Amino acid sequence: MNAAEIHARLSELLGARAGTLSAANKDEAALIAPRDLLEVCRALKTDDALAFDALMNLGCVDWPGKSEIELVLHLFSYARRHGFVLKCRLDRAQPRVASVVPIWSSAEWLEREQFDLFGVVFEGNPDLRRLLMPDDWIGFPLRKDYEEPESWHGISTVRESPLDGFVRLDELKKKLAASRAETVKAADAPKPDGAP
Amino acid sequence: MSAPGTDPSATMTSGKEVLKRIEYSGEMLVNMGPQHPSTHGVINFLVQTDGEEMTRAIPEVGYLHRSIEKIGERCEYAGFMPYTDRVDYIAAMFANQGWAMACERLFAIEVPKRAEYCRVIACELNRIASHLISVGTMAMDVGAVTPFPYALREREFINDLLEELCGARLTYNYLRIGGVAFDLPDGYSERVLRFVDHFEKVLVEFDRLITQNRIFVERLRGLGVISRALAIDHCLVGPNLRASGVDWDLRRDLPYSAYPDFEFAVPVGTGAVGKTGDAWDRFWVRTREMQESCRIVRQALQKLPEGPVMAKVPRRLKAPEGTDAFSRIESARGDMQYYVVAGPGEMAHRLKIRTGSFNAMGIIEKLSRGIMLADLVALIASLDVVAPEIDR
Amino acid sequence: MSAAATAISLSLSTIAKTSNPRSPEQLVDGLLRARGIEASSPLSTLAMVAALLAIAFIVVNCAAIAAGIFSWLERRIAARMQSRVGPNRVGPAGFFQWIADAVKLLLKEDLIPEGANVHLFRAAPYFMMVGFACTFVALPFSHALIAADLGVGVFYLLAVTAFVVVGVLASGWSSNSKWSLFGSIRSAAQIVSYEIPAGMALLVPVLLAGTLSTQGIIRAQGGWPWQWFVFHDPAALAAFFIYFISALAEGNRAPFDLPEAESELVAGYNTEYSGMRFSYFFLVEWGNMWVMSALATSVFLGGWQLPGLDAARFDALTGGAAIGLEIVSLALFALKTMSLVFVIMWLRWTLPRLRVDQLMSLCWKYLVPVSFAGALFVAGWMLVVRAAPVLDLLMRGALTALGALVVTLFVRRTLSNVRDVGDRLDVRGNW
Repeated sequence: MNAAEIHARLSELLGARAGTLSAANKDEAALIAPRDLLEVCRALKTDDALAFDALMNLGCVDWPGKSEIELVLHLFSYARRHGFVLKCRLDRAQPRVASVVPIWSSAEWLEREQFDLFGVVFEGNPDLRRLLMPDDWIGFPLRKDYEEPESWHGISTVRESPLDGFVRLDELKKKLAASRAETVKAADAPKPDGAP
Repeated sequence: MSAPGTDPSATMTSGKEVLKRIEYSGEMLVNMGPQHPSTHGVINFLVQTDGEEMTRAIPEVGYLHRSIEKIGERCEYAGFMPYTDRVDYIAAMFANQGWAMACERLFAIEVPKRAEYCRVIACELNRIASHLISVGTMAMDVGAVTPFPYALREREFINDLLEELCGARLTYNYLRIGGVAFDLPDGYSERVLRFVDHFEKVLVEFDRLITQNRIFVERLRGLGVISRALAIDHCLVGPNLRASGVDWDLRRDLPYSAYPDFEFAVPVGTGAVGKTGDAWDRFWVRTREMQESCRIVRQALQKLPEGPVMAKVPRRLKAPEGTDAFSRIESARGDMQYYVVAGPGEMAHRLKIRTGSFNAMGIIEKLSRGIMLADLVALIASLDVVAPEIDR
Repeated sequence: MSAAATAISLSLSTIAKTSNPRSPEQLVDGLLRARGIEASSPLSTLAMVAALLAIAFIVVNCAAIAAGIFSWLERRIAARMQSRVGPNRVGPAGFFQWIADAVKLLLKEDLIPEGANVHLFRAAPYFMMVGFACTFVALPFSHALIAADLGVGVFYLLAVTAFVVVGVLASGWSSNSKWSLFGSIRSAAQIVSYEIPAGMALLVPVLLAGTLSTQGIIRAQGGWPWQWFVFHDPAALAAFFIYFISALAEGNRAPFDLPEAESELVAGYNTEYSGMRFSYFFLVEWGNMWVMSALATSVFLGGWQLPGLDAARFDALTGGAAIGLEIVSLALFALKTMSLVFVIMWLRWTLPRLRVDQLMSLCWKYLVPVSFAGALFVAGWMLVVRAAPVLDLLMRGALTALGALVVTLFVRRTLSNVRDVGDRLDVRGNW
């Protein structure tokens, strides 16, 4: 089935809650409301004609201008061999959405990663902890307005450039040659007291 | 600092609490890692154990997190290519290809046929190299030391070949958006064919040395059995998925690049010594895939078309803001996915890389319940997790 | 059971008869007498103590040097098997590498982790060294070369090798590291379990020879393969393999190297050690290869016995012939032992490691029952052979032929494997 057919089938099942199918440039995606996410996912998984048995990818996109975080789910069905994309827009100040772990186990780590990097809270995830960053890290690094702290537990996050204080070899040679010429000139200069 | 109202501590169980829970249960807690000989990179496992039998192992990742996704948002599309090498430095060619394909879809660039063939040859050689590391280290983790140098010896030949192709032995940076950086050098086909002829014989030797070894089979049969349904539910990909009996290979089933031109088999785990989807099946699938890669390389060299290796790519790559593209390729560790959202300028707004090891890592805690400490090592090795690919 | 009891009583009666005229005490005694010093004088006691110290010095150094040379040998052999070069810089074919390494390890800092039980941590390697060096006292090297031919030789060897486990446990526990503890507990379980089949397997040659003395057991065999105890009867053949497997397990060698499984336990019980103390553990491991192989050679493979030369005639020889044949017997013994050592190394670099439960089930479910049954079988077979000696000859001949057949088939299979992968045999290159 292609995306339009899948969406048609989904609308058949859920009506308006199936959201709108955007004519995106590459992959057509259904834009749904966050509160319907779990239900739509369940329908996609359980319906025999759709049978989306795998959650391939779950990512967030931060749009500070629109003040929203877009959640993107890439689904795939090994049984029916077709793919589909779901998107839903979350409030950037309070990004909360139901976890899809009850439907696909692979979501557990994917959601943890997004929680870690975007601060999106997936309600119902059994082990919602930071995954990649240290447990006591403050802030969500992949947000657009994130500023890196200067240090963490006294460890500086900024490193001195290893090139500081170093001189390029050709410049060093030039400098040396210049200073040598200087010395030679000084030696050649007539001694003021006339000593040998 | 982060946006207000998103205090992490309010909603999450902290890692420290998880640790406390384990310690209070009266069992021994062992940190396996981050520096441990068989964690394949820098990973930590919190092993909750009662003597040799462990209750479970909790993976703690992130030690190799270099925020490659953030870097991707801050450099130009073409300039990001060398960074993709570091996503999976054991199979860097695939990470290159995933990025190249995502961008080609984003900017609708048609890649010349010869470039596709060059990509296939480079990728399949890289697949052999990556699988060699995987099977070699797996044998070593089970205690057989000799297969590892055998595998690395063969990998050296591949490194030499790839060095000849692109000048690098590990982080290739060979692919470009719209083609490849260099055409095949003179006499390259003969050298690759000579290697492939030699390598197929070595594979036979390797099978005799370790694959059918009685102790090896006894150690791995029935270990970490992943059923078909569990594998799909956890979205395992690549050899791990195929070992569980799912006959699925992107190269054949969702063909990309020049793969439709070639004939090759997709090895699927059958539970020949134990149950379908056990650690031995995963090992075996990898050894067979190396054979199939040899076949593909042979065919690609035979059918190699003439022509340019780079498409006409505009100097400034730009797409309307918010356009997204998704690419899937069959990497050595399975389905590797790049999701890229175009930004306003010549940089991506967002880049998400989903890798095979990441999903494989998520299943370890489930599989580790009730197995022996020695088996955990074999289990990790059999899933072929590579730390940089998990953390990115 | 009565058959076994008869055989054991037969053996015990012959233990008393065997004695070696060339023990070191008698040697020292003879030297003193030649100078007119009586055995009762205080000078004699002093000389005896000095002689014992000298012997102890030689024995410990023998052990250490053997272990050192094996460290070189193992690395070279491993390198050949893995198509690498191995150490080849220091001396001819890198032979002096082990001395260079010893010097390096001596100069390294001797670290003691915080929280370790300091005294036990320091002492543990010495426990192991003592247990290991003591074995050299009762090990024969040639017809006359043995530090002390004890009447309870085999029993003594079994006892002192078990001493190593004290060192392993102490090192693992005192290190204050969980990995070390895992390793030492594994090791203790393993060594204690495998003592039983090893002991039962050694009972077979003891029964056949009727003595516990290592020299006595060698003397009861002959120079030709069919005179060796390994080909005496099927149970003896089985006992040889059981002993060999158990010795591998006791010496923590692959495929039983669980206590120091580097891929699982980092390095096992010696994780926290460094410098010279660390090297003691490896000294013991490598030296143990000699001990187990030499013991197997003595009790199963005819020891130093020269083909065609009866032990009694050997004793009667004097002068240059005696010294020459002594050297030949030494070389023969070393050759047999080294072949076994090679097999041990070969196994180590070929086989994967067993899991703990597999290791234990191999011991308790297979080796222990088979070794017990074997001991009983041998006792019965000895009675049968007494009634019909021709059966003895037939059995020895058949088993020797079988052994030769197995070796031939193995060589042919190896050559065909080498051919199949398009390789060629190269034993001379790469040195």
